[in-house]
Amino acid sequence: MTLLEARRIEKTFGRTHALRGVSVAIESGEVVAITGPSGSGKSTLLHCLSGIMCPEAGEVHYDGRRIDTLDEAARTRLRRDAFGIVFQFGRLVPELTAVENVALPLLFNGDGREKSATVARDWLERMDALDVADARPGELSGGQLQRVAMARALVTGPKVVFADEPTGALDSLAGEKVLGLLLEAARVNGSTVVLVTHDNQVAAHADREIVVRDGAAAGVVA
Amino acid sequence: MSIGHVLLGLLTERPKHGYELKREHDDRFPGVKPIAYGQVYATLQRLERDGKVAVSGTAKEGGPERVVYEITSVGTDEVRRWLAEIEPPAPYVSSALSTRVVLALIVGGTADGYLLRQRAAHLERMRELTARKNTAGISAGELLATDYALHHLDADLRWLETARQRIGELTKEIRP
Ligand SMILES: Nc1ncnc2c1ncn2[C@@H]1O[C@H](COP(=O)(O)OP(=O)(O)OP(=O)(O)O)[C@@H](O)[C@H]1O
Ligand SMILES: [Mg+2]
Repeated sequence: MTLLEARRIEKTFGRTHALRGVSVAIESGEVVAITGPSGSGKSTLLHCLSGIMCPEAGEVHYDGRRIDTLDEAARTRLRRDAFGIVFQFGRLVPELTAVENVALPLLFNGDGREKSATVARDWLERMDALDVADARPGELSGGQLQRVAMARALVTGPKVVFADEPTGALDSLAGEKVLGLLLEAARVNGSTVVLVTHDNQVAAHADREIVVRDGAAAGVVA
Repeated sequence: MSIGHVLLGLLTERPKHGYELKREHDDRFPGVKPIAYGQVYATLQRLERDGKVAVSGTAKEGGPERVVYEITSVGTDEVRRWLAEIEPPAPYVSSALSTRVVLALIVGGTADGYLLRQRAAHLERMRELTARKNTAGISAGELLATDYALHHLDADLRWLETARQRIGELTKEIRP
């Protein structure tokens, strides 16, 4: 079953035509890698698929529902309910500790403080990052930041996990470790995973690759 | 690198017979083509002639009687000398992919289709190797050999992407 789909979407930033009619369809339970050269539109595509941005033309559908026409509040609710997002540069809240960052999505969803903190610690432990629970993002290494960002993306048990260059700052063994933790957690949760990466060894962990070039899908290769 | 050096290296642990050397070679270098028993036998004879190994006895474990070889001090010196060297960085890297790109342009005027198909094939192989790395009970030796294959396929893929970005220049050169 197709869970998430973009149909001929277009997105411009000023004079930059970031997406030029990309279509992709992602099945429930799949792990998909979106690859392509720097600046080809991978992050923009991920932002459109996850309802962070809306394309100017084309359509985005999730679970049988069109989402690009929903208002900001409805898209925010959808993201909190169904999506977990690991951003390209982490985007943790610098004033909060790691465990507070991970607990944030649960607090937004109305869970109590104590319960949220307990669940957050549990996810940090699964991501092998419990030792940095009380540190702030500024005090963490690249790999530790990625682990905390992943724990935050997974803490609500999302239907879809989006991860933008989740191993970007790491060497190949450290990257493999972190990616393994993410994919294992997603498998246990039954989540669909959309991985944006320019690293072929990361892409090789996915079931399928979608190559983006100059804002268009260059060939969807099974 | 030669089979002789590999066998000498394995013999530094203790005396071994030919069949044992073949089995250990295939187990410990899983990324390498299995060695034929005839080649082990011929190599041991040559090493014995050169004084690098010597017959130390025979062994009989259920099967036929087998000749056991031990490494000599000449052999030990040889393997240590060899280990102190490096492999020469290859001057002519295998260029089958590069040849195909040039020929695709000459024959058909475009290499786009080829580049995409080659990428898909390489990535598929990388997926298989990645899955193998995740199988339970895989040995550290096999992991290392699989990593080697993955890094090399990855290098090919990065070259394919660079080739795609240079295809314009190359086309002008080939079909002015
Ligand atoms: N918020 C923005 N404002 C202006 N231009 C943008 C913005 N976001 C993206 N762009 C432009 O859109 C194009 C695609 O950017 P995008 O971030 O999607 O690429 P990418 O494939 O993720 O690249 P990278 O691999 O470097 O992360 C680029 O030319 C970029 O400069
Ligand atoms: Mg990006």
